[in-house]
Amino acid sequence: MTSTESLIDRRQMAYIAAQASDARLNVELETEGMTLNIGPQHPATHGTLRIIARLDGEQVVWAEPSCGYMHRGYEKLTEVRTYPQVTALVNRIDWLGSFANEVPFILAAEKLMGIEAPPRAQHIRTILFELSRIANVSLFLGDLGVQLGAITPVFMAFRDREYVLNLIEGATGGRFHPNFDRIGGLKDDLPAGFVDETRAVMKKLRNFCDEIENLLFGNEIFQSRTRGIGVIPKDVALQYGLSGANLRASGVDWDLRRDQSLPMAWNKADWKVWTHPDGDSFARCWVRLQEVRESTRIVDQLLESIPSGPIMAKVPRIIKVPEGEAWVSTENPLGEMGYYVVSKGDLGPFRTKIRSASFNNISIVPWLLKGVYVPDIVTILASLYFILGDIDR
Amino acid sequence: MSSDAPVAEIPGDLLREGIVDGLRAHLGEALLDSLVKPGDDVWVRVRTDAWREAARVLRHEMGFDYFCFVSAVDWMPSPYGKGEDDPTEPTPERDDTIRQGYAGGETRLQMLARVTSSTRHVGVNVKCDVSDETPVVESWIPVYAGANWHERETHEMFGIGFAGHPDLRNIYLPTEFEGHPLRKDYPLLARMVKPWPGIVDVEPLPGGDDEEGDAE
Repeated sequence: MTSTESLIDRRQMAYIAAQASDARLNVELETEGMTLNIGPQHPATHGTLRIIARLDGEQVVWAEPSCGYMHRGYEKLTEVRTYPQVTALVNRIDWLGSFANEVPFILAAEKLMGIEAPPRAQHIRTILFELSRIANVSLFLGDLGVQLGAITPVFMAFRDREYVLNLIEGATGGRFHPNFDRIGGLKDDLPAGFVDETRAVMKKLRNFCDEIENLLFGNEIFQSRTRGIGVIPKDVALQYGLSGANLRASGVDWDLRRDQSLPMAWNKADWKVWTHPDGDSFARCWVRLQEVRESTRIVDQLLESIPSGPIMAKVPRIIKVPEGEAWVSTENPLGEMGYYVVSKGDLGPFRTKIRSASFNNISIVPWLLKGVYVPDIVTILASLYFILGDIDR
Repeated sequence: MSSDAPVAEIPGDLLREGIVDGLRAHLGEALLDSLVKPGDDVWVRVRTDAWREAARVLRHEMGFDYFCFVSAVDWMPSPYGKGEDDPTEPTPERDDTIRQGYAGGETRLQMLARVTSSTRHVGVNVKCDVSDETPVVESWIPVYAGANWHERETHEMFGIGFAGHPDLRNIYLPTEFEGHPLRKDYPLLARMVKPWPGIVDVEPLPGGDDEEGDAE
């Protein structure tokens, strides 16, 4: 156990030394320590996260996020609700990609009941899942610019995300909180004209990705602010449980869409998992940009091959889930989102453990911010990408 | 830097059996119970004093390098039911026998954790009993650094202590908060004052059989 600690310490020390070659100057000047309070209301925090940082000059010596400003106690609330009612709650965990939150919970309940949605429903679920990923991550790409002082990308992101939200609204009736997934299938079929409209929007989104790539990723200021900043080595990322693009940016080739068998349609499309060996802020942003592109490709291919048939399996009117335990996690926009559902054969779950991606992703912040400079706090937080509802649940 | 490599190598049951055998070889007597659900998942239960040792074996000997979560389960049925009763009526009779889930158990509170192998794409659910008198287990932080916040959450929500944790402050709740909200004997106050109207779900499901009548 000590070997792990010393390994982290060594890497940490190397990192501090590399980033702050003039740290010694601070010691000689005996700069006064200072506590910097970022948030709870700060644009870089995407909600109400507070970060307390102790500084030595311009350098962070200790930092800790203070969560809980938005804790809503969903795990307790699921215990007093029926299974179909829980989807309305979990919509609000990661509010930018709401539909993706419903899917793993419904899959867990279906697993316990031993039923599977019909192929058409699985297909449409996957399409809506990827649409919510695009809506979520495209906003990240725009927001990234704001964190670094570039205002234009965020307007582009809001403009193009609106097209995707319109699609989601057209299909489900809800822009942000669809509450569309049902045990055994979906609430409704796709509306007329959805396929053509989606194809046009996917084209727009690919243009958006190209624009962002030219505008931001090729920009020298952006590169110098993100390259080599906030490096997370592979083994540290794994033992903190980082997931999604944050993990793949550290060189771990692992995507839950590809690497587990779920009754979803991802394996029916041809797409790639992107990784980056660097593990810095730039890598995390870059992997997300590629993921939006891949998502548009997945959606395009799935639109070609929507099978016909029912959208709802035969399920009883009153859903009682048999006694048992099930774990299902999916690759959500922010990372691995999983539900551990314990059923006692009632109308509602006995206990639900909600494993949200941002909680693990942000728990690395005290380790990661040690030794960085104040302006880098913002880029590191932006590149880690978290949603407050996803941390606090 | 994309990968054309492994086309979904889905873990089979043989691999899951192998995990249980491997754990038994390393932990011996301390592995109390296990369950392999075909085509689904693995559950193991270890002795309370082997909680950290199980984590060490899983990470360093068996390659479960990815930390997923640490939490707990309170197996006592809630004395308040599911909050669907009218608070003005007398409390109905409830079944209060404690039945533990997969891989068994003896105590009301149980630890529940999950770790995954990032290369073999297979996970394992680890449980251990937590006694009512001394609800303390060893901290996993020396093995998985990411367990820190999860243990803080489990501490405030279930009142389980973690020996060796450097800083067991509340993470979500205010410091002066009393009680452990995710324990079943902690009432959900909103349901104590007003009956829940939503227990009757009236929306018809497409494709469901059209029998008449409410959910209850």
